[in-house]
Amino acid sequence: MWSYALKRLLMTIPTLFLVSVIVFLLIRLIPGDPAEIMLNDLDSDIALEEMRSELGLDRPVPVQFVIWLGNMLSGDLGVSINTGEPVLSAIASRFGVTATITALAVILAVILAVPAGIIAAWRQDTPLDYSIVFVSILFLSLPSFWLGLMMIFLFAITLGWLPTIGFVSVSEDFTGGIRYLVMPVATLALVEMAVIARMVRSQTLEVLRLDYVTHARAKGLSEAVVLTRHVFKNAFGPALTVIGLILGGLLGGASVTETVFSLPGIGRLLVDAIYARDYPVLQGCLLFIAFLYVIVNLVVDLLYMVFDPRVRL
Amino acid sequence: MTHDVLAIDDLTISFPDETTGNRRSVVKSVDLAVKRGERIGIVGESGSGKTMIGRAVLGLLPAGGRIDGGRIRFGNQDMADLGPAQLRRIRGAGIGMIFQEPMVSLNPALTIGLQMIEGLRLHAGLNRRDAEQRAVEMLHRVRLPDPRGALERYPHSFSGGMRQRIMLASVLLLEPDLLIADEPTTALDALIQKEVLDLMLELVRDLGTALLLISHDLPLVARYMERVIVMRHGAIREAGPVAQILTAPSDRYTRTLLDALPGSNGQFEKDTNRGVGETLPDGAGPLVDVRNLAVAFEGSRTWPWSRPPRLQAVDDVSLTVQPGEIVALVGESGSGKTTLGRAILDLVPVSAGSIRVDGESAGRARQIPRHAMQIVFQDPYSSLDPRMTIDTIIAEGLRLDRSLSRAERRDRVHAMLEAVQMPSAQFGSRFPHELSGGQRQRVAIARALVSRPRFIVADEPVSALDLTVQKEILALLADLQQAMGFAALFISHDMAVVEEIADRVVVLLHGRVVEAAEKAAFFAAPRHPYSRRLLHAVPELAFGTDGQRVVRDRRYAESEPPPGHVFAEPAHQRADYVYVSVAEGHSVACVAQ
Amino acid sequence: MSGGDRALPDSGRTEPRKRPWPWFLRRVNGIVGSVLLFVVFGAAFAGLVWTPYDPVAPDFRARFMPPDAAHWMGTDEWGRDVFSRILQGARTSVFVALSSVSLAVIAGTLIGGLSGFFGSWLDRIVMMLTDALLAFPGLLLALAIMAIAGPSEEGVILALALSYMPSVIRLVRGAVLSIREKEYVEASRAMGNSALFTLFRHVLPNCTAPLIVMATALFGSALLAESALSFLGLGVPPPAPTWGNMLSEARGYFVQAPWLAAFPGLCISLALLGINIFGDALRDRLDPRMRGFEGGHH
Repeated sequence: MWSYALKRLLMTIPTLFLVSVIVFLLIRLIPGDPAEIMLNDLDSDIALEEMRSELGLDRPVPVQFVIWLGNMLSGDLGVSINTGEPVLSAIASRFGVTATITALAVILAVILAVPAGIIAAWRQDTPLDYSIVFVSILFLSLPSFWLGLMMIFLFAITLGWLPTIGFVSVSEDFTGGIRYLVMPVATLALVEMAVIARMVRSQTLEVLRLDYVTHARAKGLSEAVVLTRHVFKNAFGPALTVIGLILGGLLGGASVTETVFSLPGIGRLLVDAIYARDYPVLQGCLLFIAFLYVIVNLVVDLLYMVFDPRVRL
Repeated sequence: MTHDVLAIDDLTISFPDETTGNRRSVVKSVDLAVKRGERIGIVGESGSGKTMIGRAVLGLLPAGGRIDGGRIRFGNQDMADLGPAQLRRIRGAGIGMIFQEPMVSLNPALTIGLQMIEGLRLHAGLNRRDAEQRAVEMLHRVRLPDPRGALERYPHSFSGGMRQRIMLASVLLLEPDLLIADEPTTALDALIQKEVLDLMLELVRDLGTALLLISHDLPLVARYMERVIVMRHGAIREAGPVAQILTAPSDRYTRTLLDALPGSNGQFEKDTNRGVGETLPDGAGPLVDVRNLAVAFEGSRTWPWSRPPRLQAVDDVSLTVQPGEIVALVGESGSGKTTLGRAILDLVPVSAGSIRVDGESAGRARQIPRHAMQIVFQDPYSSLDPRMTIDTIIAEGLRLDRSLSRAERRDRVHAMLEAVQMPSAQFGSRFPHELSGGQRQRVAIARALVSRPRFIVADEPVSALDLTVQKEILALLADLQQAMGFAALFISHDMAVVEEIADRVVVLLHGRVVEAAEKAAFFAAPRHPYSRRLLHAVPELAFGTDGQRVVRDRRYAESEPPPGHVFAEPAHQRADYVYVSVAEGHSVACVAQ
Repeated sequence: MSGGDRALPDSGRTEPRKRPWPWFLRRVNGIVGSVLLFVVFGAAFAGLVWTPYDPVAPDFRARFMPPDAAHWMGTDEWGRDVFSRILQGARTSVFVALSSVSLAVIAGTLIGGLSGFFGSWLDRIVMMLTDALLAFPGLLLALAIMAIAGPSEEGVILALALSYMPSVIRLVRGAVLSIREKEYVEASRAMGNSALFTLFRHVLPNCTAPLIVMATALFGSALLAESALSFLGLGVPPPAPTWGNMLSEARGYFVQAPWLAAFPGLCISLALLGINIFGDALRDRLDPRMRGFEGGHH
């Protein structure tokens, strides 16, 4: 078991290395000379050359990569071209927003979707099942940006119950902060709920067909015990992987949702960096999000061991 | 009727039919009574509805299943009158059930201990410690090593046979009045099957539990049960005491079933002149000559730098197959018999030794045309490409024979399909899923034989089939072998089938040959203890001195190892193995002392 | 090993099944899904050949007209007919989604097939690369590629194709690994067929069921992703209408002209609903084991 954990841990190293290579290459592929962008057009050619050598752009690409990787590993992600703020601190200041919304949305989605999925499967082909399946497929088909816009239209503009867009930190103003969180969290939660409920339902259907469930029933166990003790643990394992993917994906910033609600999160930072050609920020965001995603998946895989003792590689 | 544990009257069960949308009865008006402590077997082929009866008793029919009529009484309670809670009190405590697949009937995510005591705590109201104590005692009775330690372990760390013992212990722990066992040992090897069944019998006798054994295996049921019920297509064809069913079957289907049993009416007639047109020149060597063959698989490495574990699947095996001869390769699962067959056909890489076919070395630069050797697989459901029609499947066997014209090719395909009684006009444009298991296996045989190979490997070609179909396919193979004269390596775990079709028998244990003999000599006097155990594990249907059928264990006189030797066991070093000839063409693996 | 009830009855169907209706019209979900999809493809086709008004030419006399008989879905801030723009947008969305998914499926099938079938070093390299590419969640890879390519239709197609390719590779590789062990593949080798022949004749054709199911899910994802990219201003650039950039432009006139946001969003939702329902029906039919596979997005 511990050897599995260690192995799984070691396996992320080549992945993270390749991710770094990909990010490095992607940024180099962006048209335009970074030195030029940094200096504006007014400066002289000599200044440009100096800037190039300062950035190491006159060296061979592999050498550039090694220097770059060294900087990254020492936590130096560079400085924003636009604001001059260190990229790492820019990311850190935005991550809190993204993390708050994501965590709330995923918790809400799991609490509602897991029981819904299990019950739908348990009552397969009944009106209850059909309703849950239909509602999930409906939510699955609503683009989050449109759902967000419609919520703003209904709850903020028409009914005036909630503030339209923006963000106030919960630590500064608790009730006010919560009011800003409701719509973004609901938007994300509704869609992810649909994904999780469908996953849990199909997994539960698979498990319900297995002999050991019939055997549990043949022992005289009640349906509640069969579902909670025998079915849940086996059906939730695979669903956990999906939840991990969702969590990791959202932590990396729901660019679209953050744009709709004008939230200062990672996703928005990334999109703004693309508009502004602020390549150190873009590069920092890509690296941060990909690393975070890999690590969340690693943790989920390790958690999986709790649900399935047959861990093997 | 009050002394009946279980009484089923006029039971009819139906399932929805996907194709027509109507309901189809899978169990039709079945009557059945089990007395206290009685042992009854339900025998039937696939589709006979036997499994559904067991499930219906516990109210656990699969989705879509419905009881359309009849009554099921357990003791003096009508199951139909019981509410869900009352029904649950009977499940487990009154009626225990064991399923076919030990690998999937224990929950992989829960410990053995938890799964064993949850029923006890529910029905007997014991506290955890007492329940665990009872579980340990029961595991001890099923002779599980280290019963207390087993409680903490998960099912995946036990073998199939061990899991089925755990299941048995877990179910009998509640001391039910009736045990329903649905093909409890079908997925197990013969030796383990016998151990588990013997254990089950011992326990139900001790506990006074009635046993309803559901099985496709008539000799097995006859060997262990008191009464037999024969089912077909959902209806009972015949029921009665074992002796009566065996000696005086009144139903035509029962007789067909009995006749289909291997060994029940002698072997297939075999022309000693070998194949037609196959004249053996004097001094001709064997068709297939395998010398010191070894096949090792590398497992996945634990760490990138560690050495991968090696599994020696086949270890220093030598054997020959003469032209037109059928050599049976027998052994349990994991003995390497399948790997050996694949290695001869160059389907798995060989790590040592040589294979010569017709004098040509079958090395890397093999000279033997591929179509001289072919293979028939066990599972007719996965051996045919589901997206190809029958004609195309057969024609592919001739694809690489460039000497044939298009018309010749078509004629060959049609002739071959004709030969396996699957005329192309009727079946040629169908897809495999539109055929039954037996029909598919005919197609698989036709595909292998259409290129007129001189040698085929037949890997358990009938073991996935129902008994009556099995008989047809074996007869077909024997006929084709007569007509075409090919030699075959017939891989099987089923001694009865081997006795029927083979010329010679080679026994494999842990990748090594332990005994090789002419068929008659082997079945008359097997020498190696392992061969004897294998034969002993399978109940034999034979004719008694009065000419009546009886089921009995095969018994042989004690066999002494050749002087100065002991019989070789897997624990011995391979290098110490010597093959001692005990009679002409009969050798046995020994170790010199 | 067994002759138990797991095997099919040995009676064998003698007549091939008669199918009075195509399978997707025999169930309610199949019908609903097919109808919605038919409407989407119909709109895309209309956008290709004819629209009631010019979807890009401004008409300043007709700005912000609410939906009426002349303009079924009203007009926008330039006085352009929303319905015509919706049709044109359908063409763009469907074209982008179809092209990107086709590219991803063709390339992914080839790479995944070869990798799974031949294994060894090729497989290890392919797996490491897909692992690394799959480490970019959701739209991230597409966003990065759009940053390079700049907003354009071809850019979106390329970005989405590259984002989806790793998933296709994984799926095909997995399917190939299991089919490779099937006995009909061994039989093909025993007949002396070459490895490549066996791969293309026996292995890949049997991967089509899960592949079709996945392609359908990816088609929905691509439709959504294209809208999202365009909504962010990183997809198909204006004035060419797409449902995404129409929504994006509509944000500025939210109070004034709510229909501008309502109709494009409704179209995306209905299209996705159609694809999802149809996809579920398809999955139930083709590959019951794939139940639960979800295309990732957002």
